[in-house]
Amino acid sequence: MAQIPLTEEALVEKYGPHLNRTPPGGWDAGLDIDSVVDTHCCFCGQQCGIRLKVSGNQVVGFEPRYDFPFNEGKLCPKGVKRYLQGGHPDRLTDPLERDPTHPDGFRPVSWDYAMDRTAQEIRRIQETYGPDSFAVLSGVSITNEKSYLMGKFARLGIGTANLDYNGRLCMVSAGAAGKKALGVDRAANPWSDIPLAEVVFVAGANIAECAPITTSYIWRARDRGGKLIVMDPRVTPAARTADVFLGLRPGTDLAVLSAIFRVLIERDWLDHDFITAHTVGFDEAAEAVSGASLSWAEEVSGVPAARIEQAAELWGTSATGMLLHARGIEHHTKGVDNVLACINLGLATGKYGKPGCGVNTITGQGNGQGGREHGHKCDQLPGNRDITNPEHREHVASVWGCDESEIPGKGLTAQEIMDAIAAGEIKGLLSICFNPLVSLPDANFTRAALDSLEFYTAIDFFLSETAHHADIVMAGSLHEEDEGTVTTLEGRVVKVNAAVSPPGNARRDWEIVCDLADRLGRGQYFSYTSTEEMFDELRRASAGGSADYTGITWRRVVDEQGVFWPCPEEGHPGTPRLFEGGRFFHLDGKARFIPTPWRESAELPDEGYPVYLTTGRVISQYLSGTQTRRIGALVDQYPEPLCEIHPRLAGELGIADGDMVRVESRRGEMTVPAKVVETIRPDTVFIPYHWPGDKSANLLTHRDIDPISGIPEYKISAVRLSKADGRGDVRDDRDLTLHGDNR
Amino acid sequence: MTLTIDPATAVFAVDHSRCIGCGACVQACAECDTHRGVSMIHLDTVDRAASTQTVPQVCMHCEDPTCAEVCPADAIKQNEDGVVQSSLKPRCIACSNCVYACPFGIPKMVTEYEQMMKCDMCYDRTSEGLKPMCASVCPSEALWYGTRDEFERTRRGTLVRDWQFGNQDVRTKVAIVANEPGTVDVYIGKKSGHWLDDPFALETSR
Repeated sequence: MAQIPLTEEALVEKYGPHLNRTPPGGWDAGLDIDSVVDTHCCFCGQQCGIRLKVSGNQVVGFEPRYDFPFNEGKLCPKGVKRYLQGGHPDRLTDPLERDPTHPDGFRPVSWDYAMDRTAQEIRRIQETYGPDSFAVLSGVSITNEKSYLMGKFARLGIGTANLDYNGRLCMVSAGAAGKKALGVDRAANPWSDIPLAEVVFVAGANIAECAPITTSYIWRARDRGGKLIVMDPRVTPAARTADVFLGLRPGTDLAVLSAIFRVLIERDWLDHDFITAHTVGFDEAAEAVSGASLSWAEEVSGVPAARIEQAAELWGTSATGMLLHARGIEHHTKGVDNVLACINLGLATGKYGKPGCGVNTITGQGNGQGGREHGHKCDQLPGNRDITNPEHREHVASVWGCDESEIPGKGLTAQEIMDAIAAGEIKGLLSICFNPLVSLPDANFTRAALDSLEFYTAIDFFLSETAHHADIVMAGSLHEEDEGTVTTLEGRVVKVNAAVSPPGNARRDWEIVCDLADRLGRGQYFSYTSTEEMFDELRRASAGGSADYTGITWRRVVDEQGVFWPCPEEGHPGTPRLFEGGRFFHLDGKARFIPTPWRESAELPDEGYPVYLTTGRVISQYLSGTQTRRIGALVDQYPEPLCEIHPRLAGELGIADGDMVRVESRRGEMTVPAKVVETIRPDTVFIPYHWPGDKSANLLTHRDIDPISGIPEYKISAVRLSKADGRGDVRDDRDLTLHGDNR
Repeated sequence: MTLTIDPATAVFAVDHSRCIGCGACVQACAECDTHRGVSMIHLDTVDRAASTQTVPQVCMHCEDPTCAEVCPADAIKQNEDGVVQSSLKPRCIACSNCVYACPFGIPKMVTEYEQMMKCDMCYDRTSEGLKPMCASVCPSEALWYGTRDEFERTRRGTLVRDWQFGNQDVRTKVAIVANEPGTVDVYIGKKSGHWLDDPFALETSR
C-alpha cells in the first residue's frame, strides 16, 4: 500500500518544505563556536571544500576553506547556505509508519518495529513474487562507502538484481561512452589542466549555474589568451562572453559535432601520429561523418556554417584544448553517441594525455563520480567491474566472502525499474537518496507506479515527495552527520567529515542498512563498526578494476588534500591526468574511434506540439530540491519554475513577460509564469525541473531512454503553449538584496 | 587558513564580464560575522529580457567619499586603509543624504534599524588579512581581492580607479577591470560587434 496517507497539502503542511532562514538561535545569538570542521559541500560534483562552524551539536555557519586546492574558498550560493539544512524544522528525527488515521499521516514507531516490518515485507514479497520483485533505488549524493554498501546490501542482503541509482539520470551517457572509447569512466584531466588550454569548448553545459567554480578555471585559460566556444540552445551566463557561440536547435549536437569532425578531416587538422599510434577505428568514424557537410549541419542545427567552421578551426589548429560537456548533450536518447562524437574530436586532434588537453564530462551530482564506480548500478560491481563478467564476479565474491552464485546478475535501470513497478512486476521498493517523483520523466506515470507498490521503505532525512508514498520511513543522516569519502568530478577522492551527530532518534544511513541486513539474516556480511572499514573493503574490492582505489587510504586523502584514482598500490602517487603517453585503458592500450551516424531524437515537434521543451537546473536549487527548497534564501533567489520564452514566440502567442502560460505535452500539462528573454532560441522553451506536483517540469517530459546508457531524454520534449489566465510573480532579480525575511 | 593580505595595499577588483549572476556574493555577504544576516552587496540584472548580464556592486570606497561629505551628522568614517564604513549608529539620523548622493548607489537606509548600512569591505576580515566574504566565494572571480602583484601575474585587463560623473571626478579604492587604461566615463556606452547581436542567427536568411 504505497498511496499517500493524506492529501499532498496536508503532508506539506506537516513535513514541509518549510523555509529555514536563520542559523540556530537567530543571527544575533552570539553562540560560542565549539569547532570548525573541514569538509566539503553536500551538493554538486565539484565538491568544494568548506569549513562548517559548530556550536552545541549544530552547524551554525561556514567559513571559506581557502586551503582546499580545487576551490580555494569559492562557493556558489547553495554552498554558502547549505548549513541551514541542519537544525531544520522539517528534519525527520524518528522512524515513521504510514497511518492514514493519524493527523500527520505517519506515526512515529520504534526502530525495532520499522526494521522488522521492512524485513518481513522484503521476504514476503520475494517469496511471493520472486527475488527480483523487490527493488532498491540508491543515489549519489552519498559517500563512496555508502554507495558500496548499498550495492552489497541489495545483492547480498536482499538478494535482488534490481538495484539502480539516480546517476542513471545524470552521468551514465558519459560513463558508457568513456568505457567504450577509452576503457575507463573518469574525467580525463584534473581541472588544473583547463587554464593550460588554448581553446575551451563547452558543449551542453550551463557551467555558470551547474558547476559555477569551473567558470574561474575557464577564465584563467582566457587570461592566458585562450578562446572559448560554447554550444547551447540558450545564451547562458558563461556563454555571454564566448568567442564562438553555437546556439543550436535542441537535439542537434551530433550534427554540429559531426560537421566539426568532417572539417578537421578535410582541412587535415588531424594528429596523424597520435591516431596511428594510440587509436583504432578512425576510418570507420570518418566514414560516418562523410555526409556531415557544413551546409547540412546548418540546415539541421540552425547554426550558421561559418560559426561551426570557426569552432572547428579553433579546435583543430590549437595545440592544446579542453572539451567540457555535461547533461546538455548527455540527456538524450543519443546521449552516448553525443559523448562519443566529442571523444572523436579529442582523439582526432591528439588532445588526450597532455597538459591542457582532454575531453571531460562535468559530473553533476555530489558523488556522481565515486558513486558510479563502486557497485550500486544495476550492471556493475565495485571498482567499476562488470556484473556479467565471471572473473569480475569471482573477485568480488572473494572479497565479500560469499559464493559467486550468491551475487545476482544484471538488473534493470532506474527508469526500467519504475516501468516494471507500473507493470506490476516489481512489488516492493527500498530507496535512499533518490526522489524519483520529482526527478524521473513523466511524473504522472511515476506517481501511479508508486501508488501501485505493495510495500515501500524510504531512508531519508526530510520527507521527500516520493517518500510521501512510503509505508515505512527511516530517519537517516545528513551529509554533515557522518564521515566518509567522495570522489569529485576530477576523479579526486576527498574526505567528508562529520560535524555533528544525527538529531533525535535519527541514525546514520550505514547503521540503518547494516541493521536491516542483520534482520534479513545476512548480518555476517555487514559487521562493520565504522565507515573506514567499508572503505578498506572497497579498496580490496576495487583492486585490479579500472577504478582502482587500492593505494588510497583515508590518511592519505586527508594529508594530500585528495588522491586521484587509479591508485593501484600503496605509495602510488595517484593519477591526476589520465592517458599520459597515449595509454588508454583497453587491453591493447588503444582508444577506439566509434562511428556516430546521425539520428533524430525520440520526440520531435510537430503540428500538434510545435515547440521544443528543454529542462535543466538553476543556480540556487539542486536536483529534486529536497534540501534546497527548504532553505529560505535559496528559495528567494528563484522561488518557482519560470518558462523562458523568446519574444518572437511569445509575440506569436500573445504572451507578455509575467503572463501565465499553459505548457502541454502528450504526457501532461502545467501552468507557469512566462519569462520573455532573447537568450533562448525562438523554437525552444526552457523550464527548470526542481519542483514537485503541479510545478514539476517532468509532468511534460517523456520516458524514452538511450538504448545503451538508459538515460532519459530530458533535453527534448515536444510541447504546445497558450496564454493562461492571470499573472505570475516573475522575480526579476534587479536588486537581489537580503534583509527583511532572512533576518 | 593562513591568508595575509595587507589591506592598505590590497587590490579589490570587479570584472563585470565575468559575473554569472549566481548570487553567491549576496548570500555570503549576509554570513559575515558582523553583517549577521544583512547583505550589503547589490547584484543588479541589467536587462534580463536582452541578456544574462549582471553587475555585482560593492562599495567602491572613494578616496573622497561623497557619502561622508554630505552627511550632516558626520556619521560616516573612513579608516586608515581607505575603507569607508557604515554609518555610526549613535550619530546616524537616517536622513538618507548619503543614499541620494553616492554616485554608485551604494548606501541603503535600513528602516528596521534607522541607520545607513553599506559594504564595509568586511573590515573584520580584511583587517586581519583575510579576503572579504564576496571575493572569497565568487565562483568566477568577478569579485577579486589580493595583492597587486598577484593580479598582474595572473589576470588580463587593466585596473581602473578613476571615474567621471559629469563634472565630478571620483577616485576609488576598489578598481574595475577594463580593457584599456583611462577614466571610466559612465555616460559613454560601448558598442558591441559580436555574435551577441544575433546569437541564434535569426537575421541570417536561411
